[in-house]
Amino acid sequence: MELTYLEASTRALAEEMRRDASVWALGEDLGRGGVFGQYKGLAEEFGPARICDTPISEATIMGAAVGAAMVGTRPVVEMRFSDFALCAVDEMVNQAAKARFMFGGQAKVPLVVRQPIGMWRSSAAQHSQSLENWYVHVPGLVVIAPATPADNRALLKAAIRSDDPVIYMEHKDLWALKGDVPEADDAGAIGQARILRPGQDLTLVTWSKMVHVALDAAKSAKASIEVIDLRTLWPWDRETVFASARRTGRLLVVHEAVKAGGFGGEIAAEAAEELGIQVRRLGAPRIPVSYARPLEDEARVSAPMIAAAAEAMLKRT
Amino acid sequence: MRPNPPDPERLARHHRNMWRIRAFEEAAEAASKSGQVNGAVHLSIGQEAIASGVMANLRRDDMITSTHRGHGHTIAKGADTKAMMAELFGRAGGACGGKGGSMHIADFGVGMLGANGVVAAGLPIAAGAAHAVKLRRGDQVVVCFFGDGATNRGPFLEALNWAKIYDLAVLFVCEDNQFAATTRTKTLTAGGGPSARAEALGIPAHPVDGNDVLAIDDLAGDLIRRIRAGAGPQFLHARTYRIKGHTAADAAPYRDAAEVEAKKRDCPIARCATLMKEAGLADQAIAEDERAARAEIAEAVAFAAAAPWPERREAYTDIQDSGAPQWN
Repeated sequence: MELTYLEASTRALAEEMRRDASVWALGEDLGRGGVFGQYKGLAEEFGPARICDTPISEATIMGAAVGAAMVGTRPVVEMRFSDFALCAVDEMVNQAAKARFMFGGQAKVPLVVRQPIGMWRSSAAQHSQSLENWYVHVPGLVVIAPATPADNRALLKAAIRSDDPVIYMEHKDLWALKGDVPEADDAGAIGQARILRPGQDLTLVTWSKMVHVALDAAKSAKASIEVIDLRTLWPWDRETVFASARRTGRLLVVHEAVKAGGFGGEIAAEAAEELGIQVRRLGAPRIPVSYARPLEDEARVSAPMIAAAAEAMLKRT
Repeated sequence: MRPNPPDPERLARHHRNMWRIRAFEEAAEAASKSGQVNGAVHLSIGQEAIASGVMANLRRDDMITSTHRGHGHTIAKGADTKAMMAELFGRAGGACGGKGGSMHIADFGVGMLGANGVVAAGLPIAAGAAHAVKLRRGDQVVVCFFGDGATNRGPFLEALNWAKIYDLAVLFVCEDNQFAATTRTKTLTAGGGPSARAEALGIPAHPVDGNDVLAIDDLAGDLIRRIRAGAGPQFLHARTYRIKGHTAADAAPYRDAAEVEAKKRDCPIARCATLMKEAGLADQAIAEDERAARAEIAEAVAFAAAAPWPERREAYTDIQDSGAPQWN
């Protein structure tokens, strides 16, 4: 069936809520469909107790989810924007991620934190960030960033079924993207990358919206580029990435997030240490995202930039 | 003035309970000073009546969240003192396998959902536990302990508002010991204090002498009955005094010795013992509570000291199902 990235997420949540009565969602404006309409129709089907409209209290939305998860429910937290989730970092990092360990395994914290990332349209510095790597850094958390409607359905289902606290980062610019979604009601596999386009000369690893930009670049590039959608950032699929990079001998990691301190650095460093191959990163300059179109574009990694980086790597050897 | 003479058996239960907490904390303080306990230890000496008085009214399946100053809550909720002391010593056999220590002690088996190293972090967690109870149409009550210092953090306001709008079964217990770490709370707090803040959110606040164990027991009993019957969240404001420093390592030079000595004379355990005498209990029976408590805790210390360290591979367990690093 064909669904948008947004519809795929609505469908995934509805399916999991039908399957498991302990699943519930909480966040601001959910009763009216959520800020982007991802929750449309769910309050009508599941009622206000399970599609819970909350006050603008990020810390307590998140902290309450931790408490509710520790005593046997499966909350799906909506944070609207990853930028707003920063008001709940203590609850994610010190509470959700640590409770199971600190308490010696007495409780698990099965929850999902949906926090949409990325540049959209003139949303400026507080509604455009890609902060996925902050959470990769924290033991205890799983980090997922789907790029397609099929993955948004399958991986959201996997996140809800997981007993771990999962940081689930949808990209705001992908909501309207249409794609084929399998009929089968299956959950995806956390930690499994996907080779979207085979190639011989260079391995390009990326995730979220950059997957589509990278595919455009690969189509236009002279070099034969293998494009891998990482899909899950933690745990990341090093087997798939290393097998490809070993074959091509070159690894380029591309992300929308700021390059300095981004997850590209980690993948590139692991590949360089493990395989001794040529690595390169492409990410945003370390500037806040602007409002004005031309300034906003300064923070954007484009297909020509990706193609140029790939060509430069091929010239080096 | 109490309308009826207090029930001697109830007094004796509290007296024993409070002595178990006091003995545990004095032993923890000694073990901290001797180096057997390495991490920070926050003592609730002088505040035992609140834990004992509130917890006397809870069922085993009721739940609590606690603070960095949480030994008393944990003992009063029914945790095993041996496992607790072993946790402070960081040993295998500790309540959390030695992974949490004093500040992260928990015993989910008795509904103790964890102490917390972050001030006010327990409030949203308690609200969420009560939210889950409501979703499942359960009848458990959640008691949320926090200090006066927590009332200046945002999650305090958020969680009180949350409990009120969703009409949750939470008893908020503010242990107002007058100090936020090493600062007198009132010097940096605007408005009318914890009770006024709760009332501003429509949550009935009930001030009580935090060193009067029977008053706390009576009040908490009444509030918990009402909450269980559907009255919504309530706020118990227990005024007390922190006899020790912020941590066992803090000599608290920021206050007069005379002030502390005066407050020590208001000891909740001694006050309970006085009532026991008035109720006709023999001196010997009263003294026996302290002896028995110290014996129990001496055993706990011996157990903890003899317990092995956790296996090194335990640093790699209980982290997450997907993507946990492997020990090698």
